[in-house]
Amino acid sequence: MATETIERPQVAPTPAPLPRRKHAQTLGARMRKNWQLYLMLAVPLIWLGIFAYWPMYGAIIAFKDYNVIDGILGSRWVGFKHFERFAESYQFWRLIKNTLVLHGYELLVTFPLPIILALGLNLARRRWYRRSVQMITYAPHFISTVVVVGLIVVLVDPNTGVVNQFLGLFGIGPVEVLSNPDWFRHLYVWSAAWQTMGFSAIIYLAALTSVSPEQHEAAIVDGASRLRRVWHVDLPAIRPVAVILLILNIGSIMSVGFEKVLLLQNPLNLQTSEVIDTYVYKLGFVSQIPQFSYAAAIGLFRSLVGLVLLVLANTLARRFAKSSLW
Amino acid sequence: MTTTQSAPERESDDYLPAAVKETRSDRIVLICNYTALGLFSLAVLYPLVYVLSAAFSEPKNVQSGEVWLWPVGLSLESFRSIFDYDGIVRGFGNSVVYAIGGALLATVLTLLAAYPLSRRDLPGKGLILGLFLFTMMFNGGLIPNYLVVDRTGLLDTRWAMILPTAMAVWNVIITRTYFQTTIPEELHESARVDGCSDIGFFWRVVLPLSKPIIAVNLLFYAVAQWNSWFNALIYLTSEHLFPLQLVLRQILVQSNVDPSQVRDVAELLRMKELQEQLKFSLIVIATIPPLLVYPFVQKHFVKGAMVGSLKG
Repeated sequence: MATETIERPQVAPTPAPLPRRKHAQTLGARMRKNWQLYLMLAVPLIWLGIFAYWPMYGAIIAFKDYNVIDGILGSRWVGFKHFERFAESYQFWRLIKNTLVLHGYELLVTFPLPIILALGLNLARRRWYRRSVQMITYAPHFISTVVVVGLIVVLVDPNTGVVNQFLGLFGIGPVEVLSNPDWFRHLYVWSAAWQTMGFSAIIYLAALTSVSPEQHEAAIVDGASRLRRVWHVDLPAIRPVAVILLILNIGSIMSVGFEKVLLLQNPLNLQTSEVIDTYVYKLGFVSQIPQFSYAAAIGLFRSLVGLVLLVLANTLARRFAKSSLW
Repeated sequence: MTTTQSAPERESDDYLPAAVKETRSDRIVLICNYTALGLFSLAVLYPLVYVLSAAFSEPKNVQSGEVWLWPVGLSLESFRSIFDYDGIVRGFGNSVVYAIGGALLATVLTLLAAYPLSRRDLPGKGLILGLFLFTMMFNGGLIPNYLVVDRTGLLDTRWAMILPTAMAVWNVIITRTYFQTTIPEELHESARVDGCSDIGFFWRVVLPLSKPIIAVNLLFYAVAQWNSWFNALIYLTSEHLFPLQLVLRQILVQSNVDPSQVRDVAELLRMKELQEQLKFSLIVIATIPPLLVYPFVQKHFVKGAMVGSLKG
């Protein structure tokens, strides 16, 4: 990751500060010297092994016919049977389309908005105003997904919701928003924008504080207007951060936000709201006969596509935007 | 005010040398900007204000649409009914336990991982860091995770809520960067000369210097735990273990009031009447704890997140 690049340069071998220390210590000696650090690392590493790498190993059930009695190891190997079944199923293209459209739309909205907000906040010079706008806009970040969806439910309720009452003033409605597949994506994306925009702006604001006042002063002397300074001074300052966040977003385009999708989903809007992850959940936990192997295969497919997209986005970013994750 | 003051705290436009006058178009841009920010804040704030007002209003006024900004016909009825609903009170208690327990455990794990990884003289550091980072990009998936929780015997216990999601690699990176930028190498050198061990140094020097990042971690994990519901949905089956969010999901999203949770029939009828109203008060109640915590740690949070994100 980018963290590696800012590592302080290794100090050239100087005379050792401690008389006992040899000049060239062997690896084993250096490891022994740091045994306490390894001891500290042991606990998190054990956790990582159990809850991150064991499931990765367990993902091999995607290539097996898993059953509870035989367990992961004992179940029969079946190769790519489940992947083929998924690729041939009528769900395949619908799921992929829904997933990509939903998250593509989300990215289109939630990526630029925090940048605009941060630039606006940076332009505003009255401290109390900045503070209040910031406080207000990032409060929704702390509200849970369940409550946000509950909020949507009461706001758009066809009989009592304030949205429909407002539309009623213009003679429109009442509109059944929740059960309408056409509305699902807008609800999902704009509620995400409402919730995350202020918080995501923090990182850009941090980048903007690194712009030196001299740059602005020089631009003013050259006769640059306020907007020009935003465009030519502020925007380049946040570009590296923006690129990295974009890469991360593209990498998770197949997965994020599935909890909210599941909450907003109902039998009437499945046409647009069924995405890969909700389908996996249903196969594994809702259907009468849990199809663990088939569900795991679809999940693995999704993870691999995400990984490929991440690598691809990173390569493109390194070539064209000159900044990247690794 | 002098120009030496730190960048984000400036009042008015101090870039302008006195000789250069602000143009009219600049003023217009500024006014537009202030207006846009204001409208934007109102848009974010409005749903919250509306729900708050509706929760404190007389149910019939909410139903008839008289409430749109301020409470109409002040009433605490809907709040009272919350306490008659067993699942909510119990869920609230469970969520408090999960949030506190989860935050403590996760923060300890994060600190233990972040400190050794922040030391540049640790052999094998790159490899171990790689092991952590890889899990951000790839994971086994929903079903294999479930099977692991099943195999470790955590299914349907409180540990299932706390352990599997205990550590967030992103936080490890932020914390590690914090250590790298705030704990100078010289400090460690001199402590070692004085005969201080690594663990001793971590305990007596690093931790006292790291209060902001510890606060950030605690808050981050506690809020995440408080807001989580999906793990409870798949890992828990006993209702007495359900966290608040799962109970909320039943009432808010699925609009189910479970009759067995209500003490008597009259109560149930009243509940049906109050159900819409209950949603408003529940949203208020569920939102309060995280919002109460955050002004206290907000300063640290922003500071810590900035240090971690920028220098990392």
